[in-house]
Amino acid sequence: MDAFTLLAPPSTWQNWLAFWRFEDINVLWVLMGSILLGMSASVIGGFAFLRKRSLIGDALAHAALPGVMMAFLLFQTRDPLIIFLGALISSFIGFFLIDWLPKNTKIKADAALAITLSFFFALGLMLLSYIQGLEVSNKSGLDKILFGQAAAMTEGDIKLLAYVTVFILVTVVLFFQKFRLIAFNQSYARTIGLAVNRYELLLALLIVMAVVVGLQLVGVVLMAAILLTPMAAARFWSNQLPHTLIIASLLGAISAIISTQISYLAPAMPTGPWMVVSLSTLFILSLLFAPQRGLLKRYSEYNQLRKKVAEENILRTLYKLLERQNFTHNHFMQADIQAMRSMPSSQLQSTLKLLCKKALITSSLQGFKLTDKGLEKAAQLTRRHRLWENYLNEQAELSPEQVHQQAERIEHILTESQEAQLKLELTNSQSDPHGNLIPDNTRSKKEAKLK
Amino acid sequence: MINDIWILATASLVAAACALVGVFLILRRQALMGDAISHSVLLGIVLAYLITDSRALPIMLGGAVIIGLLTAWLSDSLHRVGKLQSDASIGIVFTLFFAIGVILVSLYTGQIDLDQECVLYGEIAFVPFDTIYIGGLEDGIEIGPRAFWAIAIVFTIVLITIILSFNRLQTVAFHPNLALSLGINIVFWHYLLMTLVSITTVASFDAVGAILVVALLVIPASSAYLIAKSLKTMLWIAVAYSQVAVIIGYSLSYALDSSISASIAVSAGLLLFITILILEIQKRRRHRLISQSEAA
Repeated sequence: MDAFTLLAPPSTWQNWLAFWRFEDINVLWVLMGSILLGMSASVIGGFAFLRKRSLIGDALAHAALPGVMMAFLLFQTRDPLIIFLGALISSFIGFFLIDWLPKNTKIKADAALAITLSFFFALGLMLLSYIQGLEVSNKSGLDKILFGQAAAMTEGDIKLLAYVTVFILVTVVLFFQKFRLIAFNQSYARTIGLAVNRYELLLALLIVMAVVVGLQLVGVVLMAAILLTPMAAARFWSNQLPHTLIIASLLGAISAIISTQISYLAPAMPTGPWMVVSLSTLFILSLLFAPQRGLLKRYSEYNQLRKKVAEENILRTLYKLLERQNFTHNHFMQADIQAMRSMPSSQLQSTLKLLCKKALITSSLQGFKLTDKGLEKAAQLTRRHRLWENYLNEQAELSPEQVHQQAERIEHILTESQEAQLKLELTNSQSDPHGNLIPDNTRSKKEAKLK
Repeated sequence: MINDIWILATASLVAAACALVGVFLILRRQALMGDAISHSVLLGIVLAYLITDSRALPIMLGGAVIIGLLTAWLSDSLHRVGKLQSDASIGIVFTLFFAIGVILVSLYTGQIDLDQECVLYGEIAFVPFDTIYIGGLEDGIEIGPRAFWAIAIVFTIVLITIILSFNRLQTVAFHPNLALSLGINIVFWHYLLMTLVSITTVASFDAVGAILVVALLVIPASSAYLIAKSLKTMLWIAVAYSQVAVIIGYSLSYALDSSISASIAVSAGLLLFITILILEIQKRRRHRLISQSEAA
């Protein structure tokens, strides 16, 4: 950021204030335009993402370039509508080429994408360099669409941008159910008689429109990120498609606000790269901190589960030791536990400490002892373990040797009602396939009272 | 005249090196990774220059290789850890790297002799004016353009790597599963290929820029993929295609007064489409012959 202030004279702060006071009414329009673009590109890009065609936006944006140049060459005008139509046409040709190549030649889908992208881009650059050598008026600024320049947008540009983006958003809302069906289950959509091809084409048209209209703002080269990154980030926040799309469009809007500001504060700065950087930052934050599926959340859930499993394993080991002593002697040393369940000493000690804290066991000089509460919990786990073993033995016809491993894992997640259901379905709920008694609720309490 | 020869020589080496590496990208279905690396290499070049303040070839190559491998590794980890589709993770990584690269270029314009234009087109027309000397700037002997020697060295490295490890590369390219069962370290060969892509793109950077290099990587190799029957012929055909593209492109740019590098890429594309057209016509004719003989 230091170097950044070097570039813009000390009035950055004033510029910023001027920006937010909308002293130049144009600023407001550009800001609105870029927010609309950020939202519609994220939403429509979300569907491309779900269709597993994340990079299609990259290719289509590159493919728009020769159309822009051709339109300028033919009509010698910078009228936004003509440029837009030119870009639309050449993007569509690119879209069909990407589709056609893998279907009709040996060329694979990824290569088709790269071929289309680089060929059209080269063609666009060739035309651009040709135009720059010509003696025509108002050709300057044509190269701004490579990296985008929010500040250089004209009123006509913004009007067109607003119309197109609103059109995209409205269309998505209207056809939401159909798009969702196609995105998630195309063959089902076909069977219920949906005109999948027509909707696919509509989706493609919307993607192309978003890409083309965004060129002024974001630029050809980085348009892909605006379509792709918001959805990739939003997926960490929710599993519901409507929520995900709303979050994606919010992320798109935030990055649009940030990058438009920067484009105004430092006019030499291209807008597109800043938009990508702010989007990527939002993506990384989502990846790490999202409350539902973020990495930190997943990591802590995994850790909690691991701790729970370790605790329960020790409780069950203590129960088994107790059972061997015919419930007469309730003090066991660490070595006894370790002899029955192999576990690193450090983990064993820390888990034992935790169990003491939860008052499931007590520790004294004679060793560790299950408390009443601990005994109940241990009996419950053992019951679930053995019921499951029985169930597998009776219903799935697994031999007694095969059942232990699976029961070892499921005992931690069985619930009260599942336990009751197991009991109902079993003919023998007294002893497990190894001949051990299955402790039941009341008996464990009785025994606890006896002590 | 001598300048034209230097330009042509540089362009033809760039095209040949890209075609060779591109063949393996196409076969390994890593075309998009090639696209990604050629974009991120920009960041490698800019960072290497800003940190060391030098444009020496080893430093540029080092920076490019580090960033190239980082791109490949990050995309792969994002795919595994973030559970994103692999093309989405590639897209996220390379757009970020490229965006940072462009921002740095516009922040330090004036300090780096790079600008946004040159990132896109390269400046092959100016290649002859940036020459290097053996033994001091004043009394040394001028040995030719910097870009030429850079790509010459990289081309040699690529060629030697392919010749030395031809069999391994072949197995990994065509039968990754067989290679795995033979105990070949696929990860190593994957990253070796990514290294080759990185050094090729960085050496081509001066001449053709970050994006047109994708065309040279992917298009001649794809043309060769359509007609070749073995890896060896595919490599030869790809190089042949790239050389024809250089010649046509150079004349095209001369006629239209357009950018040389863009014209070369466009002619490579046109050659591909002509090839597809011929193959398609042949296919149709064969179909017609078959249906005729069935009817008879």
